[in-house]
Amino acid sequence: MFDKIMVPVDLAHADKLDRALRCAADLATQYKAKVTYVGVSAATPGSVAHTPEEFAKKLSAFAKSQAETHGIEADSLALTSHDPTVDLDPTLLKAIEGTGADLVVMASHIPNVADYIWASNGSTIARRAKASVMLVR
Amino acid sequence: MADTSANQGIPEPEGTSQIIETEYEIGQDNIETQIGPFGLDIHNPVFLVSGICIIAFVFYTLALPEQSGAVFSWLFSAVTQGFDWFFLSAANIFVLFCLLLIVLPVGSVRLGGAEATPDYTYIGWFAMLFAAGMGIGLMFYGVSEPMSHFASSIGGTAAEDGARTDWAPLGAAGGDEQAAIRLAFAATIFHWGLHPWAIYAVVALALALFSYNKGLPLTIRSAFYPILGDRVWGWPGHVIDTLAVFATLFGLATSLGFGATQANAGLNELFGVPIGSTTEVILITAITAVALISVVRGLDGGVKVLSEINMGLAALLLLFVLFAGPTLAILTGFVDYLAAYLTYLPALSNPVGREDTNFMQGWTSFYWAWWISWSPFVGMFIARVSRGRTVREFIICVLLIPSMVCVLWMSVFGGVAIQQVVQDGYTAAQEAPLELKLFKMLDALPLASITSFIGIVLVIVFFVTSSDSGSLVIDTITAGGKVDAPVPQRVFWCIFEGAVAIVLLLSAGGLQSLQSMVISTGLPFTVVLLIMCWAIWKGLQAERRAL
Repeated sequence: MFDKIMVPVDLAHADKLDRALRCAADLATQYKAKVTYVGVSAATPGSVAHTPEEFAKKLSAFAKSQAETHGIEADSLALTSHDPTVDLDPTLLKAIEGTGADLVVMASHIPNVADYIWASNGSTIARRAKASVMLVR
Repeated sequence: MADTSANQGIPEPEGTSQIIETEYEIGQDNIETQIGPFGLDIHNPVFLVSGICIIAFVFYTLALPEQSGAVFSWLFSAVTQGFDWFFLSAANIFVLFCLLLIVLPVGSVRLGGAEATPDYTYIGWFAMLFAAGMGIGLMFYGVSEPMSHFASSIGGTAAEDGARTDWAPLGAAGGDEQAAIRLAFAATIFHWGLHPWAIYAVVALALALFSYNKGLPLTIRSAFYPILGDRVWGWPGHVIDTLAVFATLFGLATSLGFGATQANAGLNELFGVPIGSTTEVILITAITAVALISVVRGLDGGVKVLSEINMGLAALLLLFVLFAGPTLAILTGFVDYLAAYLTYLPALSNPVGREDTNFMQGWTSFYWAWWISWSPFVGMFIARVSRGRTVREFIICVLLIPSMVCVLWMSVFGGVAIQQVVQDGYTAAQEAPLELKLFKMLDALPLASITSFIGIVLVIVFFVTSSDSGSLVIDTITAGGKVDAPVPQRVFWCIFEGAVAIVLLLSAGGLQSLQSMVISTGLPFTVVLLIMCWAIWKGLQAERRAL
């Protein structure tokens, strides 16, 4: 049913992604799909990495460890953005097209009042992406 | 495997650069919390300390208007008069330092690593650095500054008890019209040319170098790493960053004040909108609202787009005034004025033994302090959009090109206004108050209502571009150098800036208290900048060795 699953990950908060990651791995096993872990960083040094190159390396290592833990086929895609706070959604949407993913599994928080003003990344992706989107709350 | 194909937005391989190894993790001192439904990611204690101090300052000016007024005017004169030599010498050092970087081999170091590629095109980059760096001042002073210097120069010198009481630059040019014009432009260009841009370039270069090449967070304190080592992550660094937040906020609020008064004057001239604090408050609120939309849309979707619109409009107005006015006279003037600038430059930048104390302290020293207090903001903004340029390219583009544009702008706007006085005997612009001079000058040209309208729009948009980029900068500093802090934070700073500007504009002597704060934060920051030069030098040497 699904061939390629894209999982957006925030490496700075990888500890909060556990459910989404397990869910993606289970689906990948079920459908023998390949998983692409996508991360977005700014070109400026951040909490995860000092340069985009280092960020890409860390993401790649992350994907590798996921693949080993869950016994799935996985790769990674590191993207940079000028202003990740605002550009995250469009960057991820482009990545969905770019990777040709037919399912996106991403973690999202439980909606609250603030979501009326700023929609969560998950809900924006679900609304705009052509692929199926599964939000794990 | 990471996919590194170019169309995905990832930069080319970074090549050689000298990452500084430090135990510090960006964001380690940050508090990530939830206030109501809004998520926050703020630096402890920079965010709180700067926020509380600013609120305390606002309360002080409101609660004790007379006492604070006296304190501010004392502060203003104490700093501009007592430290004039310091500001002037420091600014000269910055210019020389930048010029040296252009010619020395270290100029070939590339920001972001040896093989980094620029994030923005020249046009987008240039529009953003220009809109953030000068913006509103050009609208406010474009006509008024050359005219003021012209009037004081032609009036000659006056002295009382052996001290000069006139405001003319250098030895003035009593009665000599041509000499007065040359002197007026030399002085104006001096204030808007190499020196301010050198100040910005130093800060921007320090930030870009230590962030893109050394891997330190994008905050002012990072430039101090070569000197303080890991102590920059403690109190010394907190103080530096808090100072930067002050300087930025007060600098912005001052500009918001200038902009509101000028836009109000223009609207009154054009549509009869009443002049008063109500209109100014509405203007600041509306402008803050637009800035808010811009920061929420982000760097590419908001700030860059507005900057480009702005540059287009400004160019349009410039071309119009150039062709509607005495074109040939302006163009020959441009060359003349540039020559006059170079002729008078050594005398104007001389920091000691000057006779023209009023000019030197009231104009030059104020300007230098003003540019310096703006420098963390403009510098950080320039740094953020300058990745991928070599140091040489960076300095040339930040120092020389904007300086030339300023010279052109001043020659056109000031030139037309002075021509109106000298040749046509049209003195409306000369007699008008500062904020109206631009509109009076446009009045004498064809299509005045359209150009004045464009003028007002420009004032407002320049304003928005300063306000939005300023919010991004304060947000980054108060988030410990993180550029991906939650949106509500930048929204908070944007509104906060508008609120400070409104409150202070409403209080008695508001603009003056703002200016005093700008000047006072400029003084310690000059020391910060001088140290930065040394840090840049050290940093660049290390990069060169790594190549």
